[in-house]
Amino acid sequence: MSSDELNTRGSLKVYLGYAAGVGKTFQMLADGQATVQHGTDVVVAYFEPHARADTIAQVRRLELIPHSKIEYRGKAFGEMDTDAVLKRRPAIALVDELAHTNVPGSARAKRWEDVQILLDAGIEVWTTLNVQHIESLNDQIWQITGIQVRETVPDWVVRQAAEIVAVDVTPDALLNRLKRGAVYKPEMVQKALNGFFKGSNLGALRELALRQAAHEVDLRQSAYDENSAFQLPRISETRKAGRFEGEQQTKEHILIHITAAPSTAMLIRRGRRVADYLQADCTALFVHRTEKMTDLPPAEHEAIEKHLRFARSLQIETRIIPGADVAKTVVEYAREHKITQIFVAQPPSGARQWFRGRNFAENIVRLAQDLQVTVVADRSHKPA
Amino acid sequence: MRVSELPRPNPERLLRQVQAEESKRWGARLKIFLGYAPGVGKSYRMLDEARRRHERGEDVVIGAFQGKRSDEIQALSRNLESIAPIDTPQGEVVDVEAILKRAPQVCVIDPLAAKNPGGSRNEHRWQDVQELLRNGISVLTSINLLHVEEYKEKVQAITGKDTTETIPKSFLLAADDIVIVDVPPDLCLWRQGEKLTATGISNRQERKLSELRELALLLTAEVVDAQLESYVHAHGIEPVFGTHERFLICMTPHSNALAMIESGRRNKERFQGELYAVYVCEPGQSKRDAVKIRRFLEAAEQAGATTDVLESDELITTIVEFAQEKRITQIFIGNSNHRSWQDRVFGDPVLRLIRAAEGIDVRVFPH
Repeated sequence: MSSDELNTRGSLKVYLGYAAGVGKTFQMLADGQATVQHGTDVVVAYFEPHARADTIAQVRRLELIPHSKIEYRGKAFGEMDTDAVLKRRPAIALVDELAHTNVPGSARAKRWEDVQILLDAGIEVWTTLNVQHIESLNDQIWQITGIQVRETVPDWVVRQAAEIVAVDVTPDALLNRLKRGAVYKPEMVQKALNGFFKGSNLGALRELALRQAAHEVDLRQSAYDENSAFQLPRISETRKAGRFEGEQQTKEHILIHITAAPSTAMLIRRGRRVADYLQADCTALFVHRTEKMTDLPPAEHEAIEKHLRFARSLQIETRIIPGADVAKTVVEYAREHKITQIFVAQPPSGARQWFRGRNFAENIVRLAQDLQVTVVADRSHKPA
Repeated sequence: MRVSELPRPNPERLLRQVQAEESKRWGARLKIFLGYAPGVGKSYRMLDEARRRHERGEDVVIGAFQGKRSDEIQALSRNLESIAPIDTPQGEVVDVEAILKRAPQVCVIDPLAAKNPGGSRNEHRWQDVQELLRNGISVLTSINLLHVEEYKEKVQAITGKDTTETIPKSFLLAADDIVIVDVPPDLCLWRQGEKLTATGISNRQERKLSELRELALLLTAEVVDAQLESYVHAHGIEPVFGTHERFLICMTPHSNALAMIESGRRNKERFQGELYAVYVCEPGQSKRDAVKIRRFLEAAEQAGATTDVLESDELITTIVEFAQEKRITQIFIGNSNHRSWQDRVFGDPVLRLIRAAEGIDVRVFPH
């Protein structure tokens, strides 16, 4: 992207929360309202119609772009009318629920894709997001809550944001709001109390959201420092000393070993996340035993393609190479390309017993005595 | 494999339990609004909560309120009763006696950090707050990161601002509730009268504030984690894994422990995580090994790790149980080419650990 394009692209601001009802939308609308009063052209491009009463009161004071009506299975669904927003060309567009999946028949599958269109057109976008919708946290969310979140937003979309705002509230206050009927309709309340709102879930999600916000803030500091050669004042025992004293470490490079096993999706997310925190490069590698990849059994081929697409969607570079001995080929590739860490999935316990020969994880650990190998655990057991 | 006994209680947790039990007896709760700098809107959020509680029928009074009386703030406090602080030449002092006599359900004390003049009922305002809590009055209060003892030095170095009054972090950890009031630095500066810039970090002042913001977010996460742990203990449920990265280095005399420690230090920093290092003492250890291990333990402590020596003849079980107790997310182990007779009978310990470490990542380091 040229610097000209960078200058004209709209900036993104994300209001990050840990559950429905923490007040993300309210905060976004209140900030929008304050901005309008200072003469900026702000419109609400999408707004959940079944919102809380005080949120609805807030939105009434802002210009609302009518939703487009999409017909699906005989019912009308309201989606963001991206074309209408483009035509209206506001300075700032407020778009609720970044993780939303559009109803089939919409121009784009995901709302975050519509947001890309607005940003590309030079419109600043403010949006709301719950931490459980961040792609790379998917397995952790499952491990903590036992809930599989289907609607996710790739991390790179969040990373685009110029600004992240943490919207915090205590779990007690949130539960009060829920019980007063301020978050969901009465028939939904009990379902919520058995799901994300159960027991220690809210506290755990809240901690995740706060840590994620801190991490996002930290990344933006690094970006600023790199561009401006900024030096933070010296503090005794500062944890960032290394960064400013010119960390002598060679850059880490993570290699993710792709297989057809379902656990590969989790492996990709984990690898992406670790690479992100270590500011490391990240490559996904598939080794096919057959001469051509298309010679693989169709089911396996399909699973591999799915995993490679998923890796690419998280902006991980992918490599496909042949090799009769898979583990050996992975290790050799790692040595040749100066990989610092190989990520492999722990095979499920049943397979460990019966398919020793196909147990890539253990074979790679055995072969790569000179490399770091991270065996990523299968976290898919349901917590008690 | 699950840990059957609960971990040893630590003093902080005990303190929290005692304080929680004490205040629960009276139903009083302490809620703290934390901000990373003036202008984030702590007082606004706090008064807004006071107003809502008042409207829902709770008996709310304002015991102390500092800060600019903007139109917005005045609108929030219009219908709230105030108990005027005592005016002294050294500043305002919360009128604890008058509040106790009035006995409201909830009292607003803003800000929390203030030193009372000599001869006052209590030396510090946070002690006034404790007195209110002990007497069954819930307190809403606010604090700036600068006034948290453990952060004072860092904030000073970044902003050049100084303070004489601080609150120990343990006070925050013991609070029933903590809320962070987070706004982007440009908005925070704007509220202090600066010009509004584009979103994101666009100048040095914002960059400095961003640093404080990160510290405040992490401090809140730490308090939330401590509350989560108390909850888990109070309800006897299984520990929550995965909210926070926790690394465990397993050291043996033959492993490349120093490389693992260096990597552990880096990971702890980058993930803002916790680092543990253990040595599992097996029978028949030689003197030379003991010297080596002592050196490793020292290096680990210098890298910020909590260290432990575990005695067991069941290496793998002991490590996994320790890891589960500490909610470890990743175990570091050395790929050893030293093989004992046990390894030949039972298999490579590294592979055995990988198989036994349910739900925990295992990172194998080169020899």
